[in-house]
This record gives sequence, structure tokens and C-alpha cells, in this order.
Amino acid sequence: MFWMALAMTLSGAVAQGTHVPPPQAVKPPVKHQLVEAKAPPLTDGIFPCTQCHNEKVNGKLNTTRRELQFHDDIQAEFHHDSENRWCLDCHDAKNRDVLHLTSGAPVTFTESYKLCGQCHGDKYRDWKRGVHGKRIGQWNGEKTYLLCVHCHNPHSPRFKPIKPLPPPIRPSEMKR
Amino acid sequence: MNPMTTSNNSGGCGGSEAVDPGRRDVLKFLAVGATMATGAACDLEGFFRKSFRELSPADVRRMVTGWERKYSRKYGKAVTVSEAGPIDGVKFGYGLDLSRCVGCRRCVYACVEENNQSRKEPQIQWIRVLEMDKAHGIDINHSDIYYDAAEVPRPGKFYMPVQCQQCDDPPCVKTCPVGATWKEKDGIVVIDYDWCIGCRCCMSACPYGARHFNWAEPSLPAQEMNPKTHVLGNRPRPKGVVEKCTFCIQRTREGQYPACVEICPVGARKFGNLLDPESEIRQAMDNKRVFILKEELATHPSFFYFYAT
Repeated sequence: MFWMALAMTLSGAVAQGTHVPPPQAVKPPVKHQLVEAKAPPLTDGIFPCTQCHNEKVNGKLNTTRRELQFHDDIQAEFHHDSENRWCLDCHDAKNRDVLHLTSGAPVTFTESYKLCGQCHGDKYRDWKRGVHGKRIGQWNGEKTYLLCVHCHNPHSPRFKPIKPLPPPIRPSEMKR
Repeated sequence: MNPMTTSNNSGGCGGSEAVDPGRRDVLKFLAVGATMATGAACDLEGFFRKSFRELSPADVRRMVTGWERKYSRKYGKAVTVSEAGPIDGVKFGYGLDLSRCVGCRRCVYACVEENNQSRKEPQIQWIRVLEMDKAHGIDINHSDIYYDAAEVPRPGKFYMPVQCQQCDDPPCVKTCPVGATWKEKDGIVVIDYDWCIGCRCCMSACPYGARHFNWAEPSLPAQEMNPKTHVLGNRPRPKGVVEKCTFCIQRTREGQYPACVEICPVGARKFGNLLDPESEIRQAMDNKRVFILKEELATHPSFFYFYAT
């Protein structure tokens, strides 16, 4: 009788155990809301590109790599695998108001990170995790994530050296 | 000159000179008299108050209201003092990407402005940026915090910002003789500026040089004062107390990122909840190589250096 009672108690406990959800060690994490930062503005007056890049204005479309007679500033600073690449590897020849992937699929300027991610897959992966790049706003709520082009110049992506802010005053130079 | 009667700090523990116990009582009496004469009831309350952790929420609220009045008058703007406590289920963690930092010191000055540090004489900066040789690796003995370059990063150098590591086993807390510093539930090590006696034991105990002392009345121009403060964080400090990084307690307990994270021009700084696997800090720790500064001392920092590349 005793054993039966014990067995019943035990089975009851087990059965009960299956219905009770396991205790939560940690509260479920707050849902992060990721908000895309507004893409940085293009140079004033440059967009839409089709106002100049227009077959009606320029005649026949020439897609061979060459030194251009315009966009001098960009050509001068262009340093992004410049040996192997030129404008039309990213900019779409047929519709200059968009970029294109290697597949030829168009990508708008506000989604340029998709284009960057084709080659820089490791950075793209880290950026989506929040490890590469920068997020501002709320660590537990609405986070605004910056795009590649907020920090990197797409034509010359390597960071340029900057002037540091002043060093601290040495204790010997401080009045007490 | 008795510092008790001249200092205007609300804690009333400004007297650090050696005074014999009998005289001290008399001076205390005089100090109380002087405070009463000026009619500063809140200072009087501060003088007799219990240690911060023993105060009831109502007491804290009353004290905070007093400070808000006092600071608003002093700095000529509406100053708020928050007493927000830790958020449940949150343990703060900080990540710094050593492969990205360029040593530009933007974080140092953003921190100074956010946290109302003394600007000069004494100059107090909670973040120190160490410049080190790539050839040597992390070698604190050969690091330089006074580098003054036209441009950074300099060739052959790398940079390692150091601030309070918010240790889980903090030597500073263990050494404080009066219990004026402690670790909060969310991992932030805080200081009660009115309880600190200025003995600086914590400064010598800290292996990271993260604690700083107000050798003189802090210089904080009224127009530069950040009016959004926290009682255990960036509220104006009196002379003779220790201060340090609090992960911007006034911001982070309200969900914001610390000021240094938001200013960093290279995105080297990551912050979040260590208990949340989706947070940036956890993503960095789970996927990158992590380095703990002076790990051999078993201080168990909540601050992690990592290499993203």
C-alpha cells in the first residue's frame, strides 16, 4: 500500500512536472527594433544622375573603361580595387539612378550595403549582427543602424587618419 | 582653517585633516550650527543621513529633490537628478574592438561632457587611451597616454582605451573602508559621493587606474554642465571625492547607449545586456576573439576587448 502510494505520488509529480514550464533564468530579451538610418545625402545637385547621363544628351552609350572628362574629383580619389574596377562595375549603365549587383539586379542608393556585401561578406555578416559598424539610440529598444556609406566613402573606403583630441594634462603640469 | 565649516558639500564629511576626537565633536557642533544658520535644511539632512543603501526610497527622493534645487540654482538651469535603479534581467557588458580603435580620443571628451567631469585644475578624464607598439603587443609598461600626434593612427602603433572595467569582483569595493562604493545588480560599480571620505584606497587598489580624485573644487562651467544627471553617476561632485566611469548610468538605465559608444567614429565600442544573446556585446563575445585586461588578477571585468578582424 505504502509503495503504491509512493509510486502514485512520484508519477503525479512527474506528470505535474511535464505541465509546469521550466523556470526562466532570465526574462525573455527585449525585442530589438532595428531602424535603418537615413542614407547620407549625395553631393548637392548630382542626383538624379540621369539629368546628365542620358542617351538623348550624350548619344550612344559607351561602356568601355576609360578616363572620363567629368567626375574629376571622384576619379582622383577612387581607390577601391581601382586596378580591376571602374564606375560601371557598381553604377548601372542603363539606369544611372541605381546601382547594380554582379548579377545585374538593380539596387537603389539607399540599399548600397547589399552591393558592398557581395565582396565584403564577413563585414556584412558582422554588420548585421551589430559587431561591425555603429548603432545609436537604445541598447534595449529602438536602434538606428548606420549604413556602410555613413562611415566609408564608397569610392575610397579606407578610413583616413584624423587629428586626435588633445592629450591629458600631466600631473606635474597641473596646479593643485 | 576647518574644512567642515568652509566646505559647502552636502555630505558634511569634507574634513580629512587629522583632528583629535574631542575637538572633532566640537567642530561637528559648529559645523551643524553654521549649516543651520544658512538655513540649508537639505545639507543638514545630508550631514546626518544614513549610508545610501540604507535609505528608503522616500528618503532618496527627498534628497534628490534637494540636490535638484541646489544644482539648478548653482548652474542656472533645470537640473534633474535621477535615482533610477537597475533593470531586472540586465547585466551590462561592454566591448571594445582593438582592431578598429584609432586613438582619436573622441570618446574621452564626449565622456567628460556627458559626465560633468572637472575640465582643468584638476583635469579629470575617465577614459585613458593607451598608445602601444604593435611590435610589443599589449604591454602597459611601455604604453603612452600623452601621445600628441598630428594624425592617428600612427604607423606601427595601436590604441587601447581603458576605463572602469566594472569588475564582478572589484578590488576597489573590497578596499573601501567606509562602504562608499559598491556593485549594483546590473553590474555597475558606483560611488556615493557624499559617503566617500577621500582616502583614495580604492584608487591604489584598482589595477586599471580607472578611479580619479578631485584634488580641488571641480571646475565645471555652468554653460557646459549636463543637466541630466544620476545620483550615483554624473551629478556634480564635491572636492575631495573619488569618481569613475559608470557606463553612463544616467543614460544606460534609461535604455540609451553610453556617450562613448555613440561618439566613436569607427564603431569600435559595443554595449548591451550580457544576458541577451541578441545584444551587440554578446554577438561580439560569441563570434570574436575576446581579450580581458589583466585577466590574471581575477577581477572578472564586465569590459571585454575583442578583435573583429
